[in-house]
Amino acid sequence: MHIAPPASAGPFVHGGASIARDMRLVMLALLPATLFGLWQFGWPALLLFAITLATVVVTEALCLWLAGRPLRPFLGDGSALLTGWLLALSLPPWAPWWIGVIGGVIAILIAKQVFGGIGQNPFNPAMVARVALLIAFPVEMTSFVAPVPLGSDAAPGLGEALAIVQGGAPLDAYSGATTLGVVRTALDQGETLSGILGTSFAPFSAALGLHGGSLGETSALLLLLGGLGLIFTRVIGWQIPAAMLGTLALLATVMHIHDPTHYPDATYHLLGGATMLGAFFIATDPTTSPVTARGRLIFGAGCGLLIYVIRTWAGYPEGVAFAVLLMNACTPVIDHYVRPRIHGRDRRGRALVGAEHPETRR
Amino acid sequence: MALFSIFPRRKTFDHGIYPVEHKELTADKPIRRLPFAPELVIPLEQHKGKPAIPTVRVGQEVVRGEPIAEADGHVSVPMHAPATGVISDIALAPTAAGPKALAIYLKVYQAASQRVLFGLERDLATLSREALVAAVQQAGLVGLGGAAFPSHVKLMPPAGRTIETVLVNGCECEPYLTCDHRIMLEQTESLVRGIELVLRATGAERAIIGVEDNKLDAVEHLRRQLPAHLPITAEAVRTKYPQGAERMLITSLTGREVPIGGLPADVGVAVYNVGTLAQMGELLPKGQGLIERVVTVSGPGVERPGNFMVPVGTPVRFLLEQVGLKDSYGEVILGGPMMGMAVASLDVAVTKAVSGVVVLEREDLDLAERKVYPCIKCGACVEACPISLNPSVLGELAQVREYAAMAEHYHLDQCFECGCCAYVCPSNIPLTQYFRIAKAINREDK
Repeated sequence: MHIAPPASAGPFVHGGASIARDMRLVMLALLPATLFGLWQFGWPALLLFAITLATVVVTEALCLWLAGRPLRPFLGDGSALLTGWLLALSLPPWAPWWIGVIGGVIAILIAKQVFGGIGQNPFNPAMVARVALLIAFPVEMTSFVAPVPLGSDAAPGLGEALAIVQGGAPLDAYSGATTLGVVRTALDQGETLSGILGTSFAPFSAALGLHGGSLGETSALLLLLGGLGLIFTRVIGWQIPAAMLGTLALLATVMHIHDPTHYPDATYHLLGGATMLGAFFIATDPTTSPVTARGRLIFGAGCGLLIYVIRTWAGYPEGVAFAVLLMNACTPVIDHYVRPRIHGRDRRGRALVGAEHPETRR
Repeated sequence: MALFSIFPRRKTFDHGIYPVEHKELTADKPIRRLPFAPELVIPLEQHKGKPAIPTVRVGQEVVRGEPIAEADGHVSVPMHAPATGVISDIALAPTAAGPKALAIYLKVYQAASQRVLFGLERDLATLSREALVAAVQQAGLVGLGGAAFPSHVKLMPPAGRTIETVLVNGCECEPYLTCDHRIMLEQTESLVRGIELVLRATGAERAIIGVEDNKLDAVEHLRRQLPAHLPITAEAVRTKYPQGAERMLITSLTGREVPIGGLPADVGVAVYNVGTLAQMGELLPKGQGLIERVVTVSGPGVERPGNFMVPVGTPVRFLLEQVGLKDSYGEVILGGPMMGMAVASLDVAVTKAVSGVVVLEREDLDLAERKVYPCIKCGACVEACPISLNPSVLGELAQVREYAAMAEHYHLDQCFECGCCAYVCPSNIPLTQYFRIAKAINREDK
């Protein structure tokens, strides 16, 4: 018997969680909404999706190579792919190819690798790219199409799709803005809510996603399904989605009761825009959200509040990206002040006196 | 109400993890005796506190049970000869912790009897509290759950503190280990006697045996066996790691938290492991010393896993030869796979603190030895830490060697190295190792 094992100490076992596993599960949860979006918007959307994903992977590889870090483990963790995936889902489905390419480069190079790669970025890379694109290319980023499902007569063929992705889509194809955009414009022009929504908003079809919008944001129902799956498999906590959707719904309800002619109700806010994608897939990004459960509740509530404020009173019809980025900036502060109460200490960090459990749970 | 009884919510503590238990390998294996190893190695420091002082010379013959070293002061315990034989040497021997330490080498006589030949039977009923505490020290009893703190010290709470409740720790939350489970099933009488002695010595009003609910057979068995005239109850607590940690079990069973820097006595509690009390109940009436303990030998690297009564000082190599060590083994761990230590040499001896010898195969270790990624601040460790530290920030500080800040601002000293944070980390960061190193460096800097 040859015996020379190295000396070391536990734990010698591991639960099996890994970054790659979590990323794969998130992508799996995104799959239904993604496939729905691709079916709904056809070949141009599929090409844009592929271009964006290819861009992030190539950019990530280049950055890793420049930084002298090993390619395989870091490309293999799937984090870059997920960033590209989320970015693609938030783009207008018929946007030209260079929107995907520039967005992908911004997300990986500027929002992630410049800060030191995975785990180091203070802001959500996909949302940084989305906001940068929105500000730099407002026309391309707000030109939405009505759904033309694959197989329908109006759906562009592959050749047509190539032309669209090269930026040559006929202008009349862009049927205008999203529900959020339509309502915002009309409200600004002094119309009343019932007049506008009567023609452009039906909660049921909005939930299913049978309307124009970003590539993967239209089907609130499928996103909700995937998000609940992630909570169930414990890839994400329930705190951020619950606080974010709850705050948004609460504000919308209160304002709607206050003045129904100018403030749409909660279903409109929950089902419209990037709310579902943001609540379950964007705001829950581990790196850019707080580490404690209470911190996450605050973070989620902040996102919900900011989304409502931006959608209602600020210059843009949609505010999820801005809201998440603003709350990302607050994350270090939240983590600094919101800390768990340590066993045997009170909330202020002093030793317990009298030793009774301060929070009577049982 | 009916619904709640289908899903009973057992008492427990906050956070923690649910590692795979692997207890089925040995849970139904009764405690067996093994032959003596040809030579025993008895380290003089098997307990917290000062090492024992040898009272034997090289060449001296000793009988099984005879004292061979005496306690050095209050926080120390004596040693007894685990077998009949001759003292062959008093010299340095390898220990599980790493550095060599002084030990008594005992050459065991061939065909030496398993009977204990040294002891002084006595009537415990007439002993005063002080005499009882002294008897516990003379028996060389230490916490057999792994802490190895001298048992008699805990019987004497500091001035101004009284013990109201004795908690008997039968949780055994480490994966693979089943020795405490078997002790509760097979040594019930001694265990009850031990609890009775501790109740008398501390003056406590009641005792609660806390058992994880993966051992409900033990709970039911204890409930049937517990005499009605004693204030002892058995209670199931949730199977969750580290339920068996002293501070966690106190919170689970009493709802109280030991204040930072305090002792269990500060909340009126003393905690004893079931193995310790079973030995106390067994040894004290006979006036004998602690010379053996129950050890679970298990893991995928062992051919015939089981629970064994092992004489203190038995080399791990000998023990593994008895149960069959597979050639594919990766690490031999003393204790459980969460908090145990891998031995650097199989010549290390089983001491009073060793509750298990777990042999993992190479492939079992692969998961824990994968590539380490940067921290993604997912907070999984924060959710797992049973004392609610922030291992994520502590780990980042450790990487930039801010060891002092870890202690000053993030309560590093409260970490008891349970391993939950490293177990759940998706980036596979060896957080527990970091904290162990940081604490060692902070100790040196003081």
